[in-house]
Amino acid sequence: MDANQATAEQSQKKHTISLLVENKFGALNRIAGLFSAKGYNLESITVGPTEDETVSRMTIVTQGDDDIIEQIIKQLNKLINTLKVIDLTYESFMERELALIKVSTNEKTRSEIMQIVEIFQGKIIDISHKTVTVEATGSGQKVDAIVKMLKPFHIKEISRTGRVALKREFVGEV
Amino acid sequence: MTQQNSSQRLMSGAEIFVRSLVEEGVEVIFGYPGGVVIGIYDVLLDVTDIKHVLTRHEQGAVHAAEGYARASGRPGVTLVTSGPGGTNTVTGIANAYLDSIPLVVFTGQVPLKLIGNDAFQEADIVGITRPITKHNYLVRDVKELASIIKEAFYVATTGRPGPVLVDLPKDVLSSKAMFEYPKSIKMRTYDLPYDGHQKQLEKAAVLIAKAKRPVLYVGGGTILSNASEELTKFARKTKIPVTTTLNGLGAFPESDELSLGMLGMHGTWYSNSAVNYADLLIAVGSRFDDRVTGKLESFSPDSKKIHIDIDPTNISKNVKVDVPIVGDVKRVLQQLMPLVKAIDTKDWMQTINNWKEEHPLRYKNGKLIRSQYVIQKISELTKGNAVMVSDVGQHQMWMAQFFSYQQPRTHLTSGGLGTMGFSLPASIGAALARNDMPIISVSGDGGIQMNIQELATIVQNNIPIKIIIINNGYLGMVRQWQELFWHKRYSQVELSAPDFVKLADAYGLPGFRASYTDEVEDVLKKVLAEKGPAIAEFKVVREGNVYPMIPGGQSYNEILDVPENEKQEGEEKELPEELQFVTFSKG
Ligand SMILES: Cc1ncc(C[n+]2csc(CCOP(=O)(O)OP(=O)(O)O)c2C)c(N)n1
Ligand SMILES: [Mg+2]
Repeated sequence: MDANQATAEQSQKKHTISLLVENKFGALNRIAGLFSAKGYNLESITVGPTEDETVSRMTIVTQGDDDIIEQIIKQLNKLINTLKVIDLTYESFMERELALIKVSTNEKTRSEIMQIVEIFQGKIIDISHKTVTVEATGSGQKVDAIVKMLKPFHIKEISRTGRVALKREFVGEV
Repeated sequence: MTQQNSSQRLMSGAEIFVRSLVEEGVEVIFGYPGGVVIGIYDVLLDVTDIKHVLTRHEQGAVHAAEGYARASGRPGVTLVTSGPGGTNTVTGIANAYLDSIPLVVFTGQVPLKLIGNDAFQEADIVGITRPITKHNYLVRDVKELASIIKEAFYVATTGRPGPVLVDLPKDVLSSKAMFEYPKSIKMRTYDLPYDGHQKQLEKAAVLIAKAKRPVLYVGGGTILSNASEELTKFARKTKIPVTTTLNGLGAFPESDELSLGMLGMHGTWYSNSAVNYADLLIAVGSRFDDRVTGKLESFSPDSKKIHIDIDPTNISKNVKVDVPIVGDVKRVLQQLMPLVKAIDTKDWMQTINNWKEEHPLRYKNGKLIRSQYVIQKISELTKGNAVMVSDVGQHQMWMAQFFSYQQPRTHLTSGGLGTMGFSLPASIGAALARNDMPIISVSGDGGIQMNIQELATIVQNNIPIKIIIINNGYLGMVRQWQELFWHKRYSQVELSAPDFVKLADAYGLPGFRASYTDEVEDVLKKVLAEKGPAIAEFKVVREGNVYPMIPGGQSYNEILDVPENEKQEGEEKELPEELQFVTFSKG
């Protein structure tokens, strides 16, 4: 990798942003709309309820240089329904993603696939003569890795949830 | 309101709506009725506290509300029906959004259970306007109507102001609830920075004390924050010269010797020179728009930059600044005032004054009318005491250059969106906001034809607007670009227009026309003397150009001043002219 490429990659760093928004009409649209209107990269977005039923948490994975990320955070903060925005990238945080992966199999490949699933601590949740469906959970990277390992067997369909994340309370690995 | 004052009784949504506006102190609604809002119009019939102005098009209603807001500082209010009523407001809303003007736009909507059904006159106006409103609401329960209205006005007028839309389904307007208008407002998500951060203020004060060639670069945010007085005191105390953006005109009196007039693409030579050679640029409620900066890399290359703005997303968006101060311009200037002293700008002002002498605003005048001359005469005749409402095009730039603005809220223009057809309806709102000075609407022959229907609104309500039409027979600004940058290949810029004097007659207002320079003053005096509305058309030379000009995306070094051998427009006509340079000074 040459130096230019290195800085380009560094400046296009991936960021995981967690935000709390009031659970009001159109809130998700407003955020998705912001990303398309301003041309920001949106790699994944998840949304779900929280301990407070009037508030939803969204986890956004995006990419950009420092200036863009700064604008994204400011723009998210500016939306009227936003309660809190945290760029987790600079914090210690945990993230998980779940994937369902339907892979073609036959007698010969089935056991090999099962081995891979075991190594990644995944589960087989459906099986037929021609396919197995794998449930895999973990960091985005881990899900990427199992997908890569299963690719040679021909993946028929994938459904991934997108990342969810929370800040760690405990400093250090658990 | 003429009705009984019992606040605690069951009311329909329509009544709650009207009562809420009365509670907000709304004086005037600009609107247009239709099926789903008939209930509101029925209630309005019995209300005396609120005037309703029926425009001839919903776009006109929104521009009128904007004119009202800009001239008064209070939020403008629009009410329209669902579907086409709503979609006709879109341009007006986008216009207000880009210039941060507080509006509350109410649209009718089909009943809740029909939403999404492609019902008659249904449009997803909340979805359509999401990217061009500061915030918008769909009211889904009559019980939340009053509090949403309260919140809508609060959001529109606080922080960086902007348009807010509230969509009102028909069944919400007909269902009933107890009415109680909230006294105060509590939003857990919307907190506003008003005071500047002390550390940043101190850093700014240090930069100011050290500056040798400082310039204040003042934008519309200064007017929105009602900070003209603070700005003027600040500039005079520190002795720092002031240049303003198009929307900042009027924030600082242009008769003051510290005034440099407007900067940017069609700004004065000396303001752009001052910014280019400055060692300190203090941006006050301005946002480094591309019409101001030109090529970003070479904009004010040697200056340290201080940026005062209430919207953190404006900071370092286009230009990196050394000291950002997030806060309300008025408050920040009040905070800065005790931290600064007069600085020695004598040499700097000398340099600037030399530029002013060498490169004043100027044009060649002769027997045929130059638009610049018309504007300059209006400035002289009114002594700058007029609300000038401009449209978009060459005449807009000449209005910025050749009128000497003295007070805030006297120059209303579509700066950010550049919407042709803005002037005539906006002047309606301006006239309803203030009657202490003449309201002068100036449009080109192109723009006037975009919302000409509002002449009927003006006549019906006898609104005393002086309507100036600068007729060059061209979409002049586009023609200028085609002349300068497209080898004079004029494509679709020549346009015909009705006989405006006859048109005035048809609409029922006096109409005047001037075709030669020596008729201009007389015609202007006649229009200004009219008690009610009147039209004056000026047949001007067809191919005048706006100078100075920094072509789009270029830098200060590419600035073009009026060419010495500017073409002799008169030659094309029957009349040989002797041309003479006329100059105009700011400051
Ligand atoms: C709604 C809209 N359409 C198109 C334009 C592009 N445009 C900018 S200036 C201009 C010409 C305006 O012509 P006119 O109103 O006659 O004014 P002039 O420039 O001749 O003074 C045009 C077409 C615009 N600004 N707004
Ligand atoms: Mg024209």
